[in-house]
Amino acid sequence: MREIVKKATRESFGEAVTALAAENPNVIVLDADLAEATKTGIFKKAYPDRFIDCGIAESNMIGIAAGLATCGKIPFAASFAMFSAGRAFEQVRNSVGYPHLNVKVVGSHAGISVGEDGATHQCCEDIALMRSIPGMVVLNPADHYEMQAAVKAAAEYVGPVYIRLGRLAVESVHNNEDYHFELGKGITLRDGKDVTLVATGLMVGEAVKAADSLKQAGISARVLDIHTIKPLDTQLILKAAEETGLLITVEEHSVIGGLGEAVSSYLSEVRPTKVVKMGVNDVFGHSGPAVDLLKEFGLCAEAIEEKVKKALKA
Amino acid sequence: MNAEERRQLEITAVKVRQGIIEGVFHAKSGHPGGSLSSAELFTYLYFKEMHIDPKNPKDPDRDRFVLSKGHCAPGLYAVLAQRGYFKEEELQKLRHIGAMLQGHPDMKGTPGVDMSSGSLGQGISAAVGMAMAGKLDGKDYRVYALLGDGESEEGQVWEASMFAGHKKLDNLCVIVDFNGLQIDGPVSQVGGPEPLDKKFEAFGFEVTTIDGNDFDEIEAAFQKARACKGKPFAIIAKTVKGKDVSFMENQVGWHGKAPNAEEYEIAKKELKAKLEVLEHA
Repeated sequence: MREIVKKATRESFGEAVTALAAENPNVIVLDADLAEATKTGIFKKAYPDRFIDCGIAESNMIGIAAGLATCGKIPFAASFAMFSAGRAFEQVRNSVGYPHLNVKVVGSHAGISVGEDGATHQCCEDIALMRSIPGMVVLNPADHYEMQAAVKAAAEYVGPVYIRLGRLAVESVHNNEDYHFELGKGITLRDGKDVTLVATGLMVGEAVKAADSLKQAGISARVLDIHTIKPLDTQLILKAAEETGLLITVEEHSVIGGLGEAVSSYLSEVRPTKVVKMGVNDVFGHSGPAVDLLKEFGLCAEAIEEKVKKALKA
Repeated sequence: MNAEERRQLEITAVKVRQGIIEGVFHAKSGHPGGSLSSAELFTYLYFKEMHIDPKNPKDPDRDRFVLSKGHCAPGLYAVLAQRGYFKEEELQKLRHIGAMLQGHPDMKGTPGVDMSSGSLGQGISAAVGMAMAGKLDGKDYRVYALLGDGESEEGQVWEASMFAGHKKLDNLCVIVDFNGLQIDGPVSQVGGPEPLDKKFEAFGFEVTTIDGNDFDEIEAAFQKARACKGKPFAIIAKTVKGKDVSFMENQVGWHGKAPNAEEYEIAKKELKAKLEVLEHA
């Protein structure tokens, strides 16, 4: 077992991209005046010459990243998800996605766990936006160890990748020494036969907690960590649908266009299965401490347990 | 340049215009006006200014060109064909299903296209990124971005310009084809982007304003750009939209439509006559 680490994935990202730079001279990091928050500041300190602060101009940052990529660089362009995936959506689509350039778009402070800053900064649409772009890989790692592996994999993969980072510190769940990350391959964290919790990002830890608690109540819940939302691990999803029937997707993202819809859309064609979507239910967030907001929006272990019990009764 | 060199460039510019008319006519759509206005700029860049090799279009040390006003792809394609990146016959398949030449530039499919573009305001940022890469790698290639005057109404143009000025990207040359017209009318009435020279100066550029259909002035401007150190350079190129096709000149309606068969014949005849005069000069 590895040490349990409690850390925000933004910090794990900052460390991982800095470690990567030592091995690969083509790694460049761009930010838009948020280096302290996105944790690209760690890279900036270690490699000032390979760090480009674009100022508060995210659209231009994505374009610059595209230009750098045409010259063989591997740019990681970071801002809050609201801005890198949201504001600069069309730049990501046309300047990065269409030419399939090797740009890694990084969206930090995703979801409602941004907390006190409130709705304008709580981006719950980034996964929907990014997965709608042809050829875009969409990653939403769950913890410190997974983020480290995901950053490395993103750099090795040639093509556009979106990486979602969280602000809130989260306890690691991938503490096994034999943990293996592969793009597009989900991870079974708990086996089970009554229901499958299909979770991503911050919600993976909550799903594990819920499953462990449900076990005490005699309910056997499988937990899948879907770190790659696109391409989706359809094999693992199908197997779960076949073996457990009911699936509950859990994501800190709108129920529109995210993991839940990706899973539902796939299963509806190949094996119609009941999929209950947990996420942000087509509403804006608001200010408040992150943990309280997550509870309020039903994005915590207790809410997952309740949802499972209710769904199994239905 | 001497008179003979100028005559050769003028001949090539007519051929580029012929390629534009061929492409747009056979596509039955596209943007002739701004393609024609930029013909001398395209010609000078690809035949005199840039260090490029059509046989090695991905050479990492080449100069780069980004058509930020991507809708003027017929002009870019015509000059690339003239320069030998691909066969001229491709121009007649422009915008057809399965064709190499897309409605807007596609770097994945077309040799010689350094950046996909078409959504206005985005190409200049990519050019800035290429210029940054050159600085990071200590390479001496230069990067050129051709913008439209109407395009300069996009805020991203100024985000990119602020960055380029701030970073002192003297390997970057921005050219604005100032033909004075955009889809909804004269730029002075629609978006009012002027004064562009003062704007670029304020963003840290050295600027020159020229007649963008005159090769001597174009050459002088690019020489100034090369000599400029510690600053990016902007050329405001005043041009005639639809240049050298009589019924298209300065007509806003020819921004984005194809000539019909009759108009095509007139355009061809006019350009052929111009070519004959130059060839026998």
